[in-house]
Amino acid sequence: MTGSGMFGLTEADWGIILLSLRIAFVAILFALPLAFAVAWVLARYSFPGKSLLQAMVTMPLVLPPVVTGYLLLLWFGTRGALGAPFSEWFGIGFAFRWTGAALAAGVMAFPLLVRPMRLSIENIDRGLEEAARTLGAGRIVAFFTVTLPMLLPGVIAGAMLGFAKALGEFGATITFVSNIPGETQTLSLAIYSFLQTPAGDSAAIKLILVSVFLSVVAVILSEWLQRRLDSGRSG
Amino acid sequence: MSELVVSISGRSGSFSVSADFTALRGVTALFGHSGAGKTTLLKMISGTLSPQKGRIAIGEHVLFDSESRIDLAPEKRHIGYVFQDARLFPHLSVRHNLTYALWAGRRRAGRPFAEVVDLLGLAALLERRPVTLSGGERQRVAIGRALLSNPALLLLDEPLSSLDHARRQEILPYLERLRDESGLPIVYVSHEIDEVARLADTLVVLAEGRVVASGPVAEVFARIDGIGSAGEDVGALIEGHVTGHDVEYRVTYIDLGGETFQIVDEMLRPGMQVRLRVRARDVSLARHAPEAISIRNVLPVRIVAISGESAAFAEVELAFASQLLRARLTRKSVADLGLKPGEEAFALVKAVSVDRSSMRFGKDG
Repeated sequence: MTGSGMFGLTEADWGIILLSLRIAFVAILFALPLAFAVAWVLARYSFPGKSLLQAMVTMPLVLPPVVTGYLLLLWFGTRGALGAPFSEWFGIGFAFRWTGAALAAGVMAFPLLVRPMRLSIENIDRGLEEAARTLGAGRIVAFFTVTLPMLLPGVIAGAMLGFAKALGEFGATITFVSNIPGETQTLSLAIYSFLQTPAGDSAAIKLILVSVFLSVVAVILSEWLQRRLDSGRSG
Repeated sequence: MSELVVSISGRSGSFSVSADFTALRGVTALFGHSGAGKTTLLKMISGTLSPQKGRIAIGEHVLFDSESRIDLAPEKRHIGYVFQDARLFPHLSVRHNLTYALWAGRRRAGRPFAEVVDLLGLAALLERRPVTLSGGERQRVAIGRALLSNPALLLLDEPLSSLDHARRQEILPYLERLRDESGLPIVYVSHEIDEVARLADTLVVLAEGRVVASGPVAEVFARIDGIGSAGEDVGALIEGHVTGHDVEYRVTYIDLGGETFQIVDEMLRPGMQVRLRVRARDVSLARHAPEAISIRNVLPVRIVAISGESAAFAEVELAFASQLLRARLTRKSVADLGLKPGEEAFALVKAVSVDRSSMRFGKDG
């Protein structure tokens, strides 16, 4: 055993864990508002091209992750159609950087974010918004005081599911930003690397346990939050 | 006087609505079967649905005018809307539901919170969540929430329809107090003739999206063809005030503008204004004043109209002391007695068959 730090994890292990958490967190931070907007549009409006939008949102779920990763490389690479303007305007580069890993994770998690939020938006009683309006609340105030609080369980469910997905993303990440220790090597990639080396199992097993632990915590946390929000609303 | 004036036409899907009416202080009932256009009309008044043409105004305040292209958003209309299904916000406590218009709607507090809580008996419910309330409690909270939004008008959309009989009896007194104490025009949608009789001052009868009759409730009630839909329950409303109570026989005396009426009702006290509902089938007619008869109420009346040329029954419209009464007789007895419009007769009503449909505290209803 090489490790002797906290919980038997080495400094390098901690680096991997923190990087993974940062990548997943940033991915969800940026993907969540966008996914909410898409879920809202899909739930509330009908327009030409709606089924196309729906198909595009579902794509990352059905495409082989390697293909998604390749497309990201094509579009968001240094000279990609989207990658070039991004680095020019915002100074954000994606190729072979942790930001690229976050982008890949966000894209892969996107369908999982949209679905539960769309369901809760469709299920909400629009009569409540109507009631809020008659009580003097404009559209925006009604949204923040009635609609959004009612949607919170769905938003949290989506965010947790997406976070778990982002944390474990592998195929698109390794294709898009490669497997660079300290920059793009997340938990999944590190476990994969360890398992590729002879006698790397013992190093891998610790990270595997961490993965299991983080996933379980995420699920329990989301269940608990939803139960808390639901208590007093139904049943 | 801030009365509601509605004169609109519009459609919702393939259903078209067109209505002209005025709602004064007190309760204006929109009465009609389901599908008559009552809720569509309320939506147009509240601003959640736009009419095609016409004008809606509360006093000087124009809410909708197709000619000058005014169509205020619901939040700008100051209309307290009590929905059929209450629509309390499930994520908020009763207290925060009640004050929603103040903290989210930025409405000025029109009347003290404590006063509304007291009026509707909500003190014990304030910290509860809507899911833990009974149907009747929910409706009371919904009414309180609307009242606290500082409205210029209240719209009540069948607030009792989802409740069982016992719950209705629990809420009706609150609605009576609301009517008598709020001083607001109230538009009350219902398809229950009992509720209308008990609460309404003005009655607007709707059928297939159109107003088929409107006016003071007693007048519309008594009009022969006014409420063809009431069937067996057809009757008239008469008003008077309590003059006395005979403790030994438990009989209450009511003055109907010159004529005295006797009914059995323990709740009434001298001085109260009351409204009595007399069903047409409980009224008999006699040519001459009968003597030595058990029926307590004998009113001299004038026959206004007789309807039902071909049916087995005839509906007879009767006038007395500026009020109207209806009698349902067999056409045979109308023929045998030779009753004709314009003639004098005596209406007989048993004291036990009269329902008190409404009482008011104080004399100026």
